Amino acid sequence: MSQTEVPDLPDGLVAVVKQDCATCEMITPVLVELAERSDLTVFTQDDPNFPAEISDPRFDADLALSWHHDIETVPTLLLVRDGKERERTVGWSRSEWERVSGVSELGPRLPDQRPGCGSLSVDPTLSAELAVRFGGSNLLGRRVEFASLEDTHEALFDRGWTDGLPVVPPTEARVLAMLEGTRRSPNDIVAKVPPDLAPCSVEKVAINAVMAGCRPEYLPVVLAALEAVCTDTFNMHGLLATTMPHAPVLVVNGPIAAKIGMNSGNNALGQGNRANSTIGRAVQLVIRNVGGGRPGEVDRAALGSPAKVGFCFAERETDSPWTPISTMYGFPSGTNTVLAFPGEAPRNLVDQLSRDPDSLAHTYAANLISIQHPKLILGFDAILAVAPDHSRIFGDAGWSREQLTDRIVELTVRPGKELVRGAGGISEGLPEAMADLDLPKFRPNGLHIVHCGGGAGLFSAIIGGWVNGEMGSNPVCVEIIP
Amino acid sequence: MTKVLDPTNEVEPAKIPRVDRPASLDGLTVGLLDISKPRGDRFLDRIEERLVELGLRVERFRKPTFTKPAPVDLRHEIATKCDVVIEALAD
Repeated sequence: MSQTEVPDLPDGLVAVVKQDCATCEMITPVLVELAERSDLTVFTQDDPNFPAEISDPRFDADLALSWHHDIETVPTLLLVRDGKERERTVGWSRSEWERVSGVSELGPRLPDQRPGCGSLSVDPTLSAELAVRFGGSNLLGRRVEFASLEDTHEALFDRGWTDGLPVVPPTEARVLAMLEGTRRSPNDIVAKVPPDLAPCSVEKVAINAVMAGCRPEYLPVVLAALEAVCTDTFNMHGLLATTMPHAPVLVVNGPIAAKIGMNSGNNALGQGNRANSTIGRAVQLVIRNVGGGRPGEVDRAALGSPAKVGFCFAERETDSPWTPISTMYGFPSGTNTVLAFPGEAPRNLVDQLSRDPDSLAHTYAANLISIQHPKLILGFDAILAVAPDHSRIFGDAGWSREQLTDRIVELTVRPGKELVRGAGGISEGLPEAMADLDLPKFRPNGLHIVHCGGGAGLFSAIIGGWVNGEMGSNPVCVEIIP
Repeated sequence: MTKVLDPTNEVEPAKIPRVDRPASLDGLTVGLLDISKPRGDRFLDRIEERLVELGLRVERFRKPTFTKPAPVDLRHEIATKCDVVIEALAD
Protein backbone atom coordinates (compact mmCIF):
# COMPACT_ATOMS: atom_id res chain seq x y z
CA MET A 1 0.00 0.00 0.00
CA SER A 2 1.47 3.36 -0.95
CA GLN A 3 1.54 6.06 1.69
CA THR A 4 2.72 9.65 1.35
CA GLU A 5 3.67 12.33 3.82
CA VAL A 6 0.78 14.50 4.94
CA PRO A 7 1.64 18.01 3.67
CA ASP A 8 1.90 20.56 6.48
CA LEU A 9 -0.51 23.47 6.62
CA PRO A 10 1.22 26.85 6.99
CA ASP A 11 0.12 28.88 10.00
CA GLY A 12 -2.29 31.75 9.41
CA LEU A 13 -5.13 31.69 6.90
CA VAL A 14 -5.17 29.06 4.13
CA ALA A 15 -7.47 29.30 1.12
CA VAL A 16 -7.87 26.40 -1.32
CA VAL A 17 -9.23 27.39 -4.74
CA LYS A 18 -9.36 26.34 -8.37
CA GLN A 19 -9.54 28.42 -11.50
CA ASP A 20 -12.45 26.38 -12.91
CA CYS A 21 -14.88 27.68 -10.25
CA ALA A 22 -16.97 30.81 -10.63
CA THR A 23 -17.17 31.36 -6.86
CA CYS A 24 -13.35 31.22 -6.59
CA GLU A 25 -13.12 33.79 -9.41
CA MET A 26 -15.68 35.98 -7.67
CA ILE A 27 -13.87 36.06 -4.32
CA THR A 28 -10.48 37.02 -5.81
CA PRO A 29 -10.78 40.59 -4.39
CA VAL A 30 -11.36 39.08 -0.93
CA LEU A 31 -8.21 37.00 -1.25
CA VAL A 32 -6.24 40.10 -2.26
CA GLU A 33 -7.67 41.97 0.71
CA LEU A 34 -6.81 39.13 3.15
CA ALA A 35 -3.28 38.86 1.71
CA GLU A 36 -2.80 42.58 2.48
CA ARG A 37 -4.52 42.70 5.87
CA SER A 38 -3.61 39.23 7.26
CA ASP A 39 -1.31 36.23 6.76
CA LEU A 40 -2.86 34.29 3.86
CA THR A 41 -1.51 31.35 1.81
CA VAL A 42 -3.48 30.42 -1.30
CA PHE A 43 -3.36 26.88 -2.68
CA THR A 44 -4.59 26.40 -6.24
CA GLN A 45 -5.66 23.03 -7.61
CA ASP A 46 -5.71 23.40 -11.40
CA ASP A 47 -4.00 26.57 -12.74
CA PRO A 48 -0.64 27.27 -11.02
CA ASN A 49 -1.01 31.02 -11.74
CA PHE A 50 -4.54 31.41 -10.37
CA PRO A 51 -5.50 33.85 -8.99
CA ALA A 52 -3.31 36.21 -11.05
CA GLU A 53 -3.81 38.98 -8.50
CA ILE A 54 -2.09 36.93 -5.76
CA SER A 55 1.69 37.16 -5.97
CA ASP A 56 2.71 33.60 -5.07
CA PRO A 57 -0.15 31.08 -5.08
CA ARG A 58 1.07 27.56 -4.20
CA PHE A 59 0.21 24.80 -6.64
CA ASP A 60 -1.34 21.64 -5.14
CA ALA A 61 -0.37 19.81 -8.32
CA ASP A 62 -0.82 16.24 -7.04
CA LEU A 63 -3.75 17.29 -4.81
CA ALA A 64 -1.92 15.84 -1.80
CA LEU A 65 -2.74 18.81 0.42
CA SER A 66 -6.38 18.86 -0.68
CA TRP A 67 -6.79 15.10 -0.24
CA HIS A 68 -5.08 14.80 3.13
CA HIS A 69 -6.90 17.79 4.59
CA ASP A 70 -10.32 16.64 3.34
CA ILE A 71 -11.00 19.61 1.07
CA GLU A 72 -14.37 18.75 -0.49
CA THR A 73 -15.41 22.21 -1.70
CA VAL A 74 -13.57 25.19 -3.18
CA PRO A 75 -13.11 27.80 -2.01
CA THR A 76 -12.31 26.53 1.49
CA LEU A 77 -10.88 28.91 4.07
CA LEU A 78 -8.95 27.48 7.02
CA LEU A 79 -7.50 29.11 10.10
CA VAL A 80 -4.30 27.30 11.12
CA ARG A 81 -2.39 27.71 14.35
CA ASP A 82 0.65 25.64 15.38
CA GLY A 83 0.18 23.55 12.22
CA LYS A 84 -3.36 22.53 13.24
CA GLU A 85 -6.64 23.50 11.67
CA ARG A 86 -8.72 25.57 14.09
CA GLU A 87 -11.55 26.89 11.91
CA ARG A 88 -12.97 26.10 8.50
CA THR A 89 -15.61 27.50 6.15
CA VAL A 90 -16.55 26.35 2.65
CA GLY A 91 -17.98 28.31 -0.30
CA TRP A 92 -18.47 32.03 0.13
CA SER A 93 -20.32 33.46 3.11
CA ARG A 94 -19.23 36.93 4.17
CA SER A 95 -20.11 36.39 7.84
CA GLU A 96 -18.33 33.02 7.94
CA TRP A 97 -15.19 34.37 6.21
CA GLU A 98 -15.17 37.32 8.63
CA ARG A 99 -15.55 34.97 11.60
CA VAL A 100 -12.76 32.60 10.46
CA SER A 101 -10.35 35.36 9.36
CA GLY A 102 -11.16 37.86 12.09
CA VAL A 103 -11.15 40.53 9.37
CA SER A 104 -14.30 42.63 8.98
CA GLU A 105 -16.10 44.15 5.98
CA LEU A 106 -14.80 41.64 3.46
CA GLY A 107 -15.86 41.89 -0.18
CA PRO A 108 -18.38 44.72 0.20
CA ARG A 109 -19.45 44.48 -3.47
CA LEU A 110 -20.04 40.72 -3.35
CA PRO A 111 -23.34 39.01 -2.59
CA ASP A 112 -23.66 37.82 1.02
CA GLN A 113 -23.12 34.24 0.09
CA ARG A 114 -22.63 31.83 -2.79
CA PRO A 115 -22.05 28.07 -2.76
CA GLY A 116 -18.65 26.79 -3.84
CA CYS A 117 -17.71 24.08 -6.34
CA GLY A 118 -16.48 20.52 -5.91
CA SER A 119 -12.83 20.15 -4.97
CA LEU A 120 -10.73 18.39 -7.64
CA SER A 121 -9.67 15.92 -4.94
CA VAL A 122 -13.22 14.55 -4.76
CA ASP A 123 -13.78 14.53 -8.52
CA PRO A 124 -15.32 11.11 -9.29
CA THR A 125 -12.77 10.50 -12.05
CA LEU A 126 -9.85 11.12 -9.69
CA SER A 127 -10.95 10.17 -6.18
CA ALA A 128 -10.26 6.42 -6.45
CA GLU A 129 -6.77 7.03 -7.91
CA LEU A 130 -6.03 9.54 -5.13
CA ALA A 131 -7.27 7.12 -2.46
CA VAL A 132 -4.79 4.55 -3.75
CA ARG A 133 -1.95 7.05 -4.16
CA PHE A 134 -2.30 8.60 -0.73
CA GLY A 135 -2.88 5.41 1.20
CA GLY A 136 -6.59 5.79 1.85
CA SER A 137 -7.10 2.24 0.60
CA ASN A 138 -7.49 -0.41 3.29
CA LEU A 139 -7.84 -3.31 0.89
CA LEU A 140 -6.33 -6.54 2.12
CA GLY A 141 -5.88 -8.43 -1.16
CA ARG A 142 -2.40 -9.40 -2.28
CA ARG A 143 -0.94 -6.99 -4.85
CA VAL A 144 0.34 -8.67 -7.98
CA GLU A 145 2.68 -6.69 -10.23
CA PHE A 146 3.12 -7.36 -13.90
CA ALA A 147 6.32 -6.34 -15.64
CA SER A 148 6.28 -3.38 -18.02
CA LEU A 149 6.96 -5.66 -20.96
CA GLU A 150 4.24 -8.12 -19.95
CA ASP A 151 0.90 -7.86 -21.72
CA THR A 152 -1.56 -7.50 -18.82
CA HIS A 153 -4.35 -9.36 -20.58
CA GLU A 154 -2.10 -12.28 -21.44
CA ALA A 155 -0.72 -12.31 -17.89
CA LEU A 156 -4.25 -12.61 -16.50
CA PHE A 157 -4.96 -15.54 -18.81
CA ASP A 158 -1.63 -17.17 -17.89
CA ARG A 159 -2.50 -17.13 -14.20
CA GLY A 160 -5.72 -19.01 -14.86
CA TRP A 161 -7.92 -16.22 -13.55
CA THR A 162 -10.26 -15.89 -16.54
CA ASP A 163 -13.16 -17.95 -17.85
CA GLY A 164 -11.68 -17.96 -21.36
CA LEU A 165 -12.80 -14.43 -22.19
CA PRO A 166 -10.67 -11.35 -21.50
CA VAL A 167 -11.17 -9.69 -18.11
CA VAL A 168 -10.82 -6.09 -16.94
CA PRO A 169 -7.55 -5.86 -14.93
CA PRO A 170 -8.60 -5.43 -11.27
CA THR A 171 -6.44 -2.46 -10.33
CA GLU A 172 -6.78 -1.06 -6.86
CA ALA A 173 -8.47 2.09 -8.19
CA ARG A 174 -11.09 0.06 -10.07
CA VAL A 175 -11.75 -2.17 -7.06
CA LEU A 176 -12.17 0.85 -4.78
CA ALA A 177 -14.60 2.36 -7.28
CA MET A 178 -16.48 -0.97 -7.39
CA LEU A 179 -16.78 -0.99 -3.60
CA GLU A 180 -18.60 2.36 -3.81
CA GLY A 181 -21.53 0.28 -5.10
CA THR A 182 -22.28 -1.21 -1.69
CA ARG A 183 -22.60 0.03 1.87
CA ARG A 184 -21.02 -3.18 3.12
CA SER A 185 -17.49 -3.17 4.51
CA PRO A 186 -14.83 -4.69 2.21
CA ASN A 187 -13.94 -7.12 5.01
CA ASP A 188 -17.46 -8.52 5.47
CA ILE A 189 -17.59 -12.22 4.68
CA VAL A 190 -20.27 -12.84 2.07
CA ALA A 191 -20.21 -16.62 1.88
CA LYS A 192 -18.07 -19.71 1.97
CA VAL A 193 -17.60 -20.45 -1.69
CA PRO A 194 -17.51 -24.05 -2.94
CA PRO A 195 -15.76 -26.24 -3.76
CA ASP A 196 -12.92 -25.14 -1.46
CA LEU A 197 -15.44 -23.57 0.97
CA ALA A 198 -13.21 -20.50 1.02
CA PRO A 199 -14.48 -17.54 3.06
CA CYS A 200 -15.11 -14.78 0.52
CA SER A 201 -15.02 -11.09 1.49
CA VAL A 202 -16.90 -8.24 -0.19
CA GLU A 203 -13.46 -7.12 -1.45
CA LYS A 204 -12.84 -10.44 -3.25
CA VAL A 205 -16.30 -10.21 -4.83
CA ALA A 206 -15.51 -6.65 -5.94
CA ILE A 207 -12.22 -7.77 -7.52
CA ASN A 208 -13.98 -10.46 -9.53
CA ALA A 209 -16.84 -8.10 -10.40
CA VAL A 210 -14.31 -5.65 -11.86
CA MET A 211 -12.82 -8.49 -13.91
CA ALA A 212 -16.27 -9.54 -15.15
CA GLY A 213 -16.93 -5.99 -16.39
CA CYS A 214 -19.53 -4.96 -13.80
CA ARG A 215 -20.33 -1.37 -12.92
CA PRO A 216 -20.35 -0.53 -9.18
CA GLU A 217 -24.15 -0.33 -9.07
CA TYR A 218 -24.37 -4.04 -10.04
CA LEU A 219 -22.34 -5.12 -7.00
CA PRO A 220 -25.31 -5.55 -4.59
CA VAL A 221 -26.91 -7.95 -7.10
CA VAL A 222 -23.69 -9.97 -7.37
CA LEU A 223 -23.39 -10.11 -3.56
CA ALA A 224 -27.00 -11.24 -3.15
CA ALA A 225 -26.62 -13.86 -5.89
CA LEU A 226 -23.54 -15.30 -4.17
CA GLU A 227 -25.36 -15.46 -0.86
CA ALA A 228 -28.17 -17.34 -2.61
CA VAL A 229 -26.00 -19.90 -4.41
CA CYS A 230 -23.60 -20.57 -1.51
CA THR A 231 -26.30 -22.14 0.66
CA ASP A 232 -26.85 -25.78 1.50
CA THR A 233 -30.30 -25.45 -0.09
CA PHE A 234 -28.94 -24.36 -3.46
CA ASN A 235 -25.93 -26.71 -3.20
CA MET A 236 -23.49 -24.90 -5.49
CA HIS A 237 -20.94 -27.61 -4.73
CA GLY A 238 -23.07 -30.30 -6.31
CA LEU A 239 -24.13 -28.08 -9.19
CA LEU A 240 -20.48 -27.42 -9.99
CA ALA A 241 -19.26 -30.97 -9.52
CA THR A 242 -22.05 -32.71 -11.43
CA THR A 243 -21.46 -34.25 -14.84
CA MET A 244 -24.65 -32.44 -15.96
CA PRO A 245 -24.32 -29.06 -17.71
CA HIS A 246 -26.24 -26.81 -15.29
CA ALA A 247 -25.27 -23.50 -13.69
CA PRO A 248 -26.85 -20.79 -11.54
CA VAL A 249 -29.47 -18.94 -13.62
CA LEU A 250 -30.21 -15.58 -11.98
CA VAL A 251 -33.56 -13.78 -12.31
CA VAL A 252 -33.69 -10.21 -10.95
CA ASN A 253 -36.92 -8.59 -9.77
CA GLY A 254 -37.84 -5.18 -8.38
CA PRO A 255 -37.01 -1.57 -9.25
CA ILE A 256 -33.24 -2.20 -9.09
CA ALA A 257 -33.42 -4.01 -12.43
CA ALA A 258 -34.42 -0.87 -14.35
CA LYS A 259 -32.26 1.34 -12.15
CA ILE A 260 -29.07 -0.49 -13.12
CA GLY A 261 -30.16 -0.84 -16.73
CA MET A 262 -30.92 -4.55 -16.89
CA ASN A 263 -32.66 -5.98 -19.92
CA SER A 264 -35.97 -7.78 -19.55
CA GLY A 265 -37.15 -7.06 -23.10
CA ASN A 266 -35.78 -7.86 -26.57
CA ASN A 267 -33.06 -10.50 -26.37
CA ALA A 268 -33.33 -10.61 -22.55
CA LEU A 269 -31.74 -14.07 -22.49
CA GLY A 270 -29.06 -13.06 -24.99
CA GLN A 271 -26.07 -10.79 -25.36
CA GLY A 272 -25.68 -7.02 -25.60
CA ASN A 273 -26.65 -5.73 -22.16
CA ARG A 274 -23.79 -5.01 -19.79
CA ALA A 275 -25.65 -5.74 -16.54
CA ASN A 276 -27.19 -9.00 -17.77
CA SER A 277 -23.90 -10.16 -19.25
CA THR A 278 -21.57 -9.30 -16.38
CA ILE A 279 -23.54 -10.05 -13.17
CA GLY A 280 -23.81 -13.77 -13.86
CA ARG A 281 -20.23 -13.81 -15.09
CA ALA A 282 -19.01 -12.19 -11.86
CA VAL A 283 -20.68 -14.93 -9.82
CA GLN A 284 -18.99 -17.58 -11.96
CA LEU A 285 -15.59 -15.87 -11.66
CA VAL A 286 -15.92 -15.87 -7.84
CA ILE A 287 -16.67 -19.60 -7.94
CA ARG A 288 -13.66 -20.12 -10.18
CA ASN A 289 -11.14 -17.87 -8.46
CA VAL A 290 -12.22 -17.82 -4.82
CA GLY A 291 -13.92 -21.22 -4.65
CA GLY A 292 -11.40 -22.96 -6.89
CA GLY A 293 -14.11 -24.48 -9.11
CA ARG A 294 -12.58 -25.03 -12.53
CA PRO A 295 -13.75 -27.14 -15.47
CA GLY A 296 -12.00 -30.49 -15.66
CA GLU A 297 -11.11 -30.29 -11.98
CA VAL A 298 -14.01 -30.27 -9.49
CA ASP A 299 -16.28 -29.06 -12.31
CA ARG A 300 -16.97 -32.42 -13.99
CA ALA A 301 -19.56 -31.32 -16.59
CA ALA A 302 -19.53 -33.75 -19.49
CA LEU A 303 -20.80 -31.20 -21.99
CA GLY A 304 -21.33 -27.93 -20.13
CA SER A 305 -23.47 -25.14 -21.55
CA PRO A 306 -23.17 -21.49 -22.57
CA ALA A 307 -25.15 -20.73 -19.37
CA LYS A 308 -21.97 -21.52 -17.43
CA VAL A 309 -20.26 -18.34 -18.62
CA GLY A 310 -22.92 -16.45 -16.67
CA PHE A 311 -26.69 -16.32 -17.08
CA CYS A 312 -28.66 -13.43 -15.61
CA PHE A 313 -31.74 -11.53 -16.73
CA ALA A 314 -34.57 -9.44 -15.30
CA GLU A 315 -38.26 -10.27 -15.25
CA ARG A 316 -40.43 -7.99 -17.41
CA GLU A 317 -42.67 -6.70 -14.64
CA THR A 318 -44.15 -3.59 -16.27
CA ASP A 319 -46.81 -5.23 -18.46
CA SER A 320 -46.77 -8.70 -16.93
CA PRO A 321 -50.13 -10.41 -16.42
CA TRP A 322 -48.59 -11.99 -13.31
CA THR A 323 -47.01 -10.91 -10.05
CA PRO A 324 -43.20 -11.03 -9.93
CA ILE A 325 -41.73 -14.53 -9.65
CA SER A 326 -40.27 -13.46 -6.27
CA THR A 327 -43.82 -13.54 -4.84
CA MET A 328 -43.59 -17.35 -5.10
CA TYR A 329 -40.94 -17.03 -2.39
CA GLY A 330 -43.00 -14.73 -0.16
CA PHE A 331 -41.55 -11.36 -1.18
CA PRO A 332 -44.05 -8.52 -1.77
CA SER A 333 -44.13 -7.02 -5.29
CA GLY A 334 -41.61 -4.19 -5.59
CA THR A 335 -38.93 -5.93 -3.50
CA ASN A 336 -35.47 -6.09 -5.06
CA THR A 337 -34.64 -9.77 -5.24
CA VAL A 338 -32.52 -12.24 -7.12
CA LEU A 339 -33.69 -15.79 -7.73
CA ALA A 340 -30.97 -18.40 -8.21
CA PHE A 341 -32.23 -21.33 -10.26
CA PRO A 342 -30.04 -24.32 -11.16
CA GLY A 343 -30.59 -24.33 -14.90
CA GLU A 344 -29.25 -24.99 -18.35
CA ALA A 345 -29.23 -22.87 -21.51
CA PRO A 346 -32.66 -21.83 -22.83
CA ARG A 347 -34.51 -23.65 -25.57
CA ASN A 348 -37.04 -21.85 -27.75
CA LEU A 349 -40.63 -22.96 -28.06
CA VAL A 350 -42.81 -21.93 -31.02
CA ASP A 351 -46.59 -21.63 -31.09
CA GLN A 352 -47.79 -19.03 -33.57
CA LEU A 353 -51.35 -20.28 -33.95
CA SER A 354 -52.78 -20.69 -30.43
CA ARG A 355 -55.06 -17.81 -29.44
CA ASP A 356 -56.71 -19.36 -26.41
CA PRO A 357 -54.91 -20.11 -23.16
CA ASP A 358 -55.73 -23.81 -22.97
CA SER A 359 -54.29 -24.50 -26.42
CA LEU A 360 -51.10 -22.69 -25.45
CA ALA A 361 -50.94 -24.57 -22.14
CA HIS A 362 -51.06 -27.81 -24.18
CA THR A 363 -48.10 -26.57 -26.26
CA TYR A 364 -46.12 -25.80 -23.12
CA ALA A 365 -46.93 -29.20 -21.62
CA ALA A 366 -45.90 -31.06 -24.79
CA ASN A 367 -42.51 -29.34 -24.74
CA LEU A 368 -41.89 -29.36 -20.98
CA ILE A 369 -42.37 -33.11 -20.83
CA SER A 370 -39.08 -33.57 -22.66
CA ILE A 371 -36.86 -31.88 -20.05
CA GLN A 372 -33.81 -34.14 -19.55
CA HIS A 373 -35.82 -37.12 -20.87
CA PRO A 374 -39.50 -37.54 -21.68
CA LYS A 375 -39.58 -40.66 -19.49
CA LEU A 376 -37.98 -39.11 -16.40
CA ILE A 377 -40.28 -37.38 -13.94
CA LEU A 378 -40.37 -35.31 -10.75
CA GLY A 379 -36.59 -34.93 -10.57
CA PHE A 380 -36.29 -31.72 -12.57
CA ASP A 381 -37.80 -28.24 -12.20
CA ALA A 382 -38.01 -25.69 -15.03
CA ILE A 383 -38.24 -22.00 -15.78
CA LEU A 384 -40.82 -21.25 -18.45
CA ALA A 385 -39.93 -17.82 -19.84
CA VAL A 386 -43.06 -16.43 -21.49
CA ALA A 387 -42.72 -13.57 -23.99
CA PRO A 388 -45.35 -10.81 -24.22
CA ASP A 389 -47.09 -12.12 -27.36
CA HIS A 390 -47.80 -15.32 -25.46
CA SER A 391 -48.43 -13.80 -22.03
CA ARG A 392 -51.10 -11.49 -23.48
CA ILE A 393 -53.22 -14.53 -24.30
CA PHE A 394 -53.23 -15.53 -20.63
CA GLY A 395 -53.66 -11.95 -19.46
CA ASP A 396 -56.68 -11.37 -21.70
CA ALA A 397 -58.27 -14.61 -20.46
CA GLY A 398 -57.54 -13.75 -16.81
CA TRP A 399 -55.30 -16.77 -16.20
CA SER A 400 -53.13 -16.34 -13.12
CA ARG A 401 -49.66 -17.90 -12.85
CA GLU A 402 -51.14 -20.50 -10.47
CA GLN A 403 -53.89 -21.39 -12.93
CA LEU A 404 -51.43 -21.83 -15.80
CA THR A 405 -49.06 -23.82 -13.59
CA ASP A 406 -51.84 -26.13 -12.41
CA ARG A 407 -53.00 -26.73 -15.98
CA ILE A 408 -49.47 -27.57 -17.19
CA VAL A 409 -48.92 -29.89 -14.22
CA GLU A 410 -52.23 -31.61 -15.01
CA LEU A 411 -51.36 -31.97 -18.71
CA THR A 412 -47.94 -33.44 -17.95
CA VAL A 413 -49.31 -36.32 -15.83
CA ARG A 414 -48.83 -39.58 -17.71
CA PRO A 415 -49.54 -43.26 -17.13
CA GLY A 416 -46.58 -45.13 -15.64
CA LYS A 417 -46.74 -47.80 -18.32
CA GLU A 418 -45.49 -45.23 -20.87
CA LEU A 419 -42.57 -44.31 -18.60
CA VAL A 420 -41.17 -47.61 -17.38
CA ARG A 421 -37.90 -49.06 -18.61
CA GLY A 422 -38.28 -50.46 -22.09
CA ALA A 423 -41.52 -48.61 -22.87
CA GLY A 424 -41.48 -46.88 -26.27
CA GLY A 425 -38.45 -48.96 -27.23
CA ILE A 426 -36.25 -46.93 -24.80
CA SER A 427 -34.27 -48.58 -22.00
CA GLU A 428 -34.19 -45.39 -19.93
CA GLY A 429 -37.21 -45.03 -17.68
CA LEU A 430 -38.80 -45.79 -14.33
CA PRO A 431 -38.86 -49.09 -12.41
CA GLU A 432 -41.54 -51.54 -13.57
CA ALA A 433 -43.27 -51.25 -10.17
CA MET A 434 -44.49 -47.77 -11.19
CA ALA A 435 -46.31 -49.00 -14.32
CA ASP A 436 -49.80 -48.77 -12.83
CA LEU A 437 -49.47 -45.26 -11.39
CA ASP A 438 -50.39 -41.92 -12.95
CA LEU A 439 -47.23 -39.86 -12.65
CA PRO A 440 -46.71 -36.07 -12.78
CA LYS A 441 -43.68 -34.58 -14.55
CA PHE A 442 -43.33 -31.73 -12.03
CA ARG A 443 -43.23 -31.56 -8.26
CA PRO A 444 -45.31 -28.84 -6.52
CA ASN A 445 -43.64 -25.42 -7.09
CA GLY A 446 -41.24 -27.00 -9.57
CA LEU A 447 -42.42 -24.82 -12.45
CA HIS A 448 -41.24 -21.21 -12.47
CA ILE A 449 -43.20 -19.09 -14.96
CA VAL A 450 -41.32 -15.84 -15.66
CA HIS A 451 -42.36 -12.98 -17.96
CA CYS A 452 -39.65 -11.62 -20.24
CA GLY A 453 -38.71 -10.89 -23.83
CA GLY A 454 -39.45 -8.43 -26.58
CA GLY A 455 -42.79 -7.21 -27.88
CA ALA A 456 -42.98 -9.29 -31.06
CA GLY A 457 -42.73 -13.06 -31.44
CA LEU A 458 -45.15 -15.80 -30.43
CA PHE A 459 -42.51 -17.72 -28.50
CA SER A 460 -41.57 -18.83 -25.05
CA ALA A 461 -38.43 -20.51 -23.75
CA ILE A 462 -37.70 -23.41 -21.45
CA ILE A 463 -34.76 -23.45 -19.05
CA GLY A 464 -34.52 -26.99 -17.72
CA GLY A 465 -33.43 -27.58 -14.14
CA TRP A 466 -30.86 -29.82 -12.48
CA VAL A 467 -31.73 -32.64 -10.05
CA ASN A 468 -34.10 -31.07 -7.53
CA GLY A 469 -34.77 -31.54 -3.85
CA GLU A 470 -32.53 -32.78 -1.06
CA MET A 471 -30.51 -34.91 -3.45
CA GLY A 472 -29.63 -31.95 -5.65
CA SER A 473 -30.60 -28.30 -5.53
CA ASN A 474 -33.57 -26.14 -4.67
CA PRO A 475 -33.98 -22.62 -6.11
CA VAL A 476 -33.20 -19.84 -3.63
CA CYS A 477 -34.58 -16.28 -3.76
CA VAL A 478 -33.00 -13.54 -1.63
CA GLU A 479 -33.50 -9.81 -1.17
CA ILE A 480 -30.88 -7.49 -2.67
CA ILE A 481 -29.49 -5.22 0.07
CA PRO A 482 -27.66 -2.03 -1.01
CA MET B 1 3.82 -1.61 -14.98
CA THR B 2 0.35 -2.73 -13.94
CA LYS B 3 -0.50 -3.72 -10.40
CA VAL B 4 -3.67 -5.73 -9.80
CA LEU B 5 -5.37 -7.33 -6.81
CA ASP B 6 -5.32 -11.11 -6.50
CA PRO B 7 -8.83 -12.45 -7.27
CA THR B 8 -8.22 -15.83 -5.59
CA ASN B 9 -8.74 -16.86 -1.97
CA GLU B 10 -4.94 -16.67 -1.48
CA VAL B 11 -5.13 -19.79 0.65
CA GLU B 12 -2.65 -22.57 0.07
CA PRO B 13 -4.66 -25.76 0.51
CA ALA B 14 -3.52 -27.76 3.54
CA LYS B 15 -1.70 -30.83 2.30
CA ILE B 16 -2.40 -33.89 4.42
CA PRO B 17 -0.15 -36.80 3.41
CA ARG B 18 -1.90 -40.05 2.54
CA VAL B 19 -1.46 -43.05 4.77
CA ASP B 20 0.93 -45.52 3.14
CA ARG B 21 -0.72 -48.43 1.41
CA PRO B 22 -0.55 -51.49 3.68
CA ALA B 23 1.57 -54.36 2.33
CA SER B 24 -1.21 -56.78 3.26
CA LEU B 25 -4.85 -56.54 4.36
CA ASP B 26 -4.40 -59.19 7.04
CA GLY B 27 -6.09 -58.18 10.27
CA LEU B 28 -7.26 -54.80 8.91
CA THR B 29 -10.76 -53.31 8.90
CA VAL B 30 -11.99 -52.29 5.48
CA GLY B 31 -14.55 -49.48 5.17
CA LEU B 32 -16.92 -49.56 2.22
CA LEU B 33 -18.37 -46.14 1.42
CA ASP B 34 -21.49 -45.97 -0.73
CA ILE B 35 -21.85 -42.42 -2.11
CA SER B 36 -25.55 -43.04 -2.90
CA LYS B 37 -25.21 -43.29 -6.67
CA PRO B 38 -27.71 -45.80 -8.11
CA ARG B 39 -26.47 -49.40 -7.95
CA GLY B 40 -23.34 -48.53 -5.97
CA ASP B 41 -24.70 -50.80 -3.24
CA ARG B 42 -24.68 -53.81 -5.60
CA PHE B 43 -21.03 -53.27 -6.36
CA LEU B 44 -20.16 -52.92 -2.68
CA ASP B 45 -22.26 -55.98 -1.68
CA ARG B 46 -20.11 -58.07 -3.99
CA ILE B 47 -16.86 -56.51 -2.71
CA GLU B 48 -17.99 -57.18 0.87
CA GLU B 49 -18.61 -60.87 0.05
CA ARG B 50 -15.12 -61.20 -1.38
CA LEU B 51 -13.46 -59.43 1.56
CA VAL B 52 -15.35 -61.50 4.16
CA GLU B 53 -14.26 -64.65 2.29
CA LEU B 54 -10.68 -63.46 2.87
CA GLY B 55 -11.44 -63.26 6.59
CA LEU B 56 -11.42 -59.48 6.80
CA ARG B 57 -13.62 -57.25 8.94
CA VAL B 58 -15.86 -54.93 6.89
CA GLU B 59 -17.71 -51.75 7.94
CA ARG B 60 -20.35 -50.23 5.66
CA PHE B 61 -20.99 -46.47 5.30
CA ARG B 62 -23.29 -44.36 3.15
CA LYS B 63 -23.23 -40.67 2.21
CA PRO B 64 -26.68 -38.99 2.37
CA THR B 65 -26.28 -37.78 -1.26
CA PHE B 66 -23.59 -38.03 -3.88
CA THR B 67 -24.00 -34.34 -4.77
CA LYS B 68 -22.55 -33.05 -1.49
CA PRO B 69 -19.28 -33.75 0.33
CA ALA B 70 -19.46 -36.42 3.04
CA PRO B 71 -20.51 -34.88 6.37
CA VAL B 72 -17.57 -34.34 8.72
CA ASP B 73 -18.97 -36.75 11.34
CA LEU B 74 -19.14 -39.53 8.78
CA ARG B 75 -15.55 -38.87 7.70
CA HIS B 76 -14.43 -38.99 11.32
CA GLU B 77 -16.30 -42.23 11.97
CA ILE B 78 -14.67 -43.88 8.95
CA ALA B 79 -11.22 -42.66 9.99
CA THR B 80 -11.59 -44.01 13.52
CA LYS B 81 -13.15 -47.38 12.63
CA CYS B 82 -11.24 -48.38 9.52
CA ASP B 83 -7.69 -48.94 8.31
CA VAL B 84 -8.50 -48.70 4.61
CA VAL B 85 -11.51 -47.51 2.62
CA ILE B 86 -13.06 -48.42 -0.69
CA GLU B 87 -15.43 -45.83 -2.20
CA ALA B 88 -17.92 -46.81 -4.88
CA LEU B 89 -18.60 -44.44 -7.78
CA ALA B 90 -21.21 -46.48 -9.61
CA ASP B 91 -24.11 -45.50 -11.87
